[in-house]
Amino acid sequence: MDANDVVEQAARESYGRLLAFLSARSRDIAAAEDALADAFGAALADWPRSGVPANPEAWLLTAARRKLVDAARRRQVRDKSMPALLLAAEEAEVLVMEPSGLADERLKLLFTCAHPAVDAAIRTPLMLQAVLGLDAARIASAFCISPAAMARRLTRAKARLQEAGIPFEPPEADELAPRLDAVLDAIYAAYGSGWDYVAGSDPNLRGLAGEAVYLGRLIVTLLPQEPEARGLLALMLHCEARRAARRDAHGAYVPLAEQDCALWSASLAREAEDQLTEASHPGRLGRFQLEAAIQSVHARRAVTGETDWEGVALLYEGLVRLAPTIGALVGRAAAIGEARGAEAGLALLWELPKTAVASYQPYWALKGHLFAKVGSIAETADAYGRAIGLCDDPAMRAFLIARTEEVLSSRSRTRLH
Amino acid sequence: MQYSLLFYQTPEVFAEREDPEKHKAFHAAFVPYMKAMHDAGIVVAGAGLQKPDTATSLRPGDGGHRVQDGPFADTKEQLAGFFIIDVPDMDAALKWAARYPASPGFGVEVRPCLPPADHEAVLRMMAES
Repeated sequence: MDANDVVEQAARESYGRLLAFLSARSRDIAAAEDALADAFGAALADWPRSGVPANPEAWLLTAARRKLVDAARRRQVRDKSMPALLLAAEEAEVLVMEPSGLADERLKLLFTCAHPAVDAAIRTPLMLQAVLGLDAARIASAFCISPAAMARRLTRAKARLQEAGIPFEPPEADELAPRLDAVLDAIYAAYGSGWDYVAGSDPNLRGLAGEAVYLGRLIVTLLPQEPEARGLLALMLHCEARRAARRDAHGAYVPLAEQDCALWSASLAREAEDQLTEASHPGRLGRFQLEAAIQSVHARRAVTGETDWEGVALLYEGLVRLAPTIGALVGRAAAIGEARGAEAGLALLWELPKTAVASYQPYWALKGHLFAKVGSIAETADAYGRAIGLCDDPAMRAFLIARTEEVLSSRSRTRLH
Repeated sequence: MQYSLLFYQTPEVFAEREDPEKHKAFHAAFVPYMKAMHDAGIVVAGAGLQKPDTATSLRPGDGGHRVQDGPFADTKEQLAGFFIIDVPDMDAALKWAARYPASPGFGVEVRPCLPPADHEAVLRMMAES
């Protein structure tokens, strides 16, 4: 392996840990990022010449803290973080002498990124950048935000954390639950917007599913006793297990009910089940465990050959009590529509507030599906039309157009009779 | 705030307008898109444009206007249509741009519009001059 490969590998494996270590001491994510970028640059210049050091991580850390200390000195201000920085420098020296590895402080970083002082919409991008080193442009594309705006918001969020003097510490026990919810929400937002199963949009197309699962595994490793962390991981793994079945050989969208379960990944599903079982032991039910349990019922079709829609509906009843998001409400209507008939599903859709669903694509897709089942052709075409117009996924759009044409042609066939 | 969604197409995509099958397929996706925007109450204006070779361009020169056939920019992608929409911010405008049923050969540019002209101010200026 040449020096460039080692730098790349170090970037992948150590970036978040190095940044966590540095920013926990400097309390300044932006400065730590700059220093780390310089250190990686120095490694690219130095290692091919003088050889890869025995402990690349310690080398990078030493180089980065030197940059941090230099930068702080240059600012020539009575910087409160100076003592902590110098301490970090000493710690880094010790690490170089004794390359036993770096304490994993990414948990502090995760909690800081999802701190209440940070605007909820920027928590996920901040996490992706700080823990995984993703650049603003890539994050911007995944979230359909202007790259310049994304870079500005990230900079502002880091400045806000620094100015507010947010400590890089995990929360105290009494506020762990709400703070952990914020961390898990942010990780889930990286995975997709939660309506995967109703609408079937492929989170992988959004480009960050792998990163989200990585963060999910990380939080389970760091907080193994938290059932909701395991619930979230189980949920994402169940969805990942179906990735190959979501599109056919021509790239066309395949809805969950029509997926070939032979294409589902048995190993990912098993891992998801293990996480869910482990999560259930403390007896603290939560939103993510319920969502994972819903996916678990769907996964059972690979064994039983059918979907227990009553079971899905029951779990959704629990979910909407715990977290009545628009996604959960539409999901419940879908499950009831399958379990107790399309009219029952439609009745639930009518109850939803008009403004909340006006531009919510999965609502219209489900409405079209249920109208088609009861044979209301004009209403089906209307609802599917709205779903097509609101769709940002070409494969799903093509699927909905084809369904609409099927329904309309069945009408003309009926007329001929 | 108002934003322009500017739809660009390559010559190949413009040519697909002549192909009844492809034209029909595009409309099956585009008409619902247009309708969804109207239903959301955000459309200020919009138009589809004829092919670039139907354009005539004017440039002021020393001896009056120089008139030439075709569009200004001799680029691969040409403007094919536009919407002006009224949404809270650029994030929202980009969400609508992402819903445009584009396949390869299409592109959307989103640009904030200048604030709408203040008609009262224009009338005052005319009265003063």
